[in-house]
Parts: sequence; structure tokens; C-alpha cells
Amino acid sequence: MSKEWPLWEVFIRSQHGLAHKHVGSLHAPDAEMAINNARDVYTRRNEGVSIWVARAADIVASSPSDKEALFDPANSKVYRHPTFFPMPEEVKNL
Amino acid sequence: MDAKFQYLLRQGDNALILSQQLCQLVGKGPALEEDMALSNVALDLLGQTRMWLTYAGELEGRGRDEDRLAFLRDAIEYRNCLLVEQPNGSYADTLMRQFLFDTWHYFLMDGLTRSSDERIREIAAKSIKEVTYHLRRSGDLVVRLGDGTDQSRAMMQTALDELWMYSGEMFLYDEIDNAMVEQGVAPGVELLRKQSLDHMAEVFTDATLAMPSPDAWMQRGGKQGRHSERLGFILAEMQFLQRAYPGAAW
Repeated sequence: MSKEWPLWEVFIRSQHGLAHKHVGSLHAPDAEMAINNARDVYTRRNEGVSIWVARAADIVASSPSDKEALFDPANSKVYRHPTFFPMPEEVKNL
Repeated sequence: MDAKFQYLLRQGDNALILSQQLCQLVGKGPALEEDMALSNVALDLLGQTRMWLTYAGELEGRGRDEDRLAFLRDAIEYRNCLLVEQPNGSYADTLMRQFLFDTWHYFLMDGLTRSSDERIREIAAKSIKEVTYHLRRSGDLVVRLGDGTDQSRAMMQTALDELWMYSGEMFLYDEIDNAMVEQGVAPGVELLRKQSLDHMAEVFTDATLAMPSPDAWMQRGGKQGRHSERLGFILAEMQFLQRAYPGAAW
């Protein structure tokens, strides 16, 4: 068994936040302790936050060399961008 | 009135001395995350200390604020229980001391949220959130280390056996505690003791540790100001600056 605790990535949704944001990483022997540690290290125990932890090993990242293929959209094709519709008032957080 | 002052001092002194001891471990935790967690617990306890001692000073009415009570009382005037002045020792000793303290502390604070004294109710309501977390954390670690490797289990069992005689002082009520119970300020001891022992038994079972007998002989005296020699050293370090430059603003 490795002596080093595995690395976990921490995502936190703040009190009024809508989505979980990646805030950093930490080492912990298992998920429960990763949550506890994340609480100590990243939230200072503010009420009303939600914490996600995921093993860093379980996260698959896109490759920087694929940047163009993945992230350079054809901006000339305006029909891809749904910006022509007025949004109804009631629809929030879009 | 004097009984309540003494009772408040006991609460404040427990939190203060334990906080002081935990602060000695800053930067020395077994892992960065543990270091942070332990420091957080120490800060929580220091915050609680300030509330208790401020209230005690106001009630006494002799102009002693939290600082004067913390820095200008000597060991015989301190009212903390003997458990919190036990040395940090190994991490197993630190954690076991914490777990024994947290258990009693949690059920006491729970009882104090129903105190007849409004100010005490407020302090307890604020503290119980923190103490709930402390207890969950220390209980979890006791189980992890007790039910861990042969070595970690042996260390936890040794820590438990050595600290056990200090675990009962909190449940030995004297005339001050009894006066507080009569006035509805403090919870009765029978339920407090039963809740605490039940919780300890549960955690020790999960941790595969042998719980010593609750009826074993218990060391006493801290609450009355009769301390182990260790407290003098803790206070000498803690109070040095205020003693050297008394009354200095900081």
C-alpha cells in the first residue's frame, strides 16, 4: 500500500451559487475524509454549501493538443448561436 | 451568583486550556489536512472561551474582562478539568483526549441550550454547531485508528487506558454543579453521564477498542483548582507576555 494518500479534486457550491465550482485539491485516504478535509480547508464551514469530491484519477481531461478541433467553433455559422430569441422574464439564470 | 461565576469559569477554562494545547500542534499535524482541522477546532474552542469568560467577568462585576481572566489567573484559580491539561503526547493521545472531551462537551452543550439562563443558552446554541463537528471528527478518527493497523490500534488502546481516569471528573458534580442544576442553569448529571457513556461505548465498539469500566476510580480536583503540575507550565507559556508587560494594549 502506498503511504501517500490519493489526490481528490474538490468542487464547492457556495451559499447562493448555482453550480459547483472547482476550488482545488487535497489528499485524503477516502471520500468521507476528503469531504471533512474539504470542509476545513476550503469552506471554513460556511453554512449552506454543497461539496463534491472526486478522485483525481477518475477525472478525464481533454488534451491541449486537441484545442483547435474541440474549441474553435465556426463563428460564421450564426444559426449555431441561439441569440435571436428574446428570453421571457420568468426564465432566470440562463 | 458566585456559583454561576465559577460554573462559567469552568466552561471557559476547559475550552481555553484545550485550545492552547491544540495550538501547540499547529504545523505538526500528521498531514496538512489534519493540521488544518486541528487548528480549526482550536479556534472554535478559543471563540467559545471568549464568550464564557466575558460573561463570567460581567457577572463577577469586578472589571475583569476575558483577557484579565485568561492571562492573570494562576493555576489554583483555574477551573478546567484535568483531562484537558493532559499532554498532547502522540497523535493517538491527542485524539483520544479530544474524543473523550468532545463527547461530554457535546451532550453538555446540548443540555445547556435548554438552560434557564438566556446568555448561557445563546453561547451553547452557538457552540453546539462547532462541537457537533468536533465530536463527529474525533469519533471518526478514533474508529479509523482503533480499527486500523495493529500499531494504530495498540496506540489508541494505550491512550484510552491512560486517559480514562480523567474522563469521569466531568460527571462528578460538586455543590457548584448542583446549585446550577437546582437553578435550571445546567443539565442533571445522570442523563449527561448516560448519554456520554453510551456514545463512547458505541464508538469504542466500532473502533474495536476495549472500553475501561465507567465505575473505575476517577482522578478529580481540576474543577476545584487542584491541578496536575502540567497546568503551571501551560500557563507560564500562555501568560508570559501579559505578565511581563501587564496592562499593555494589543
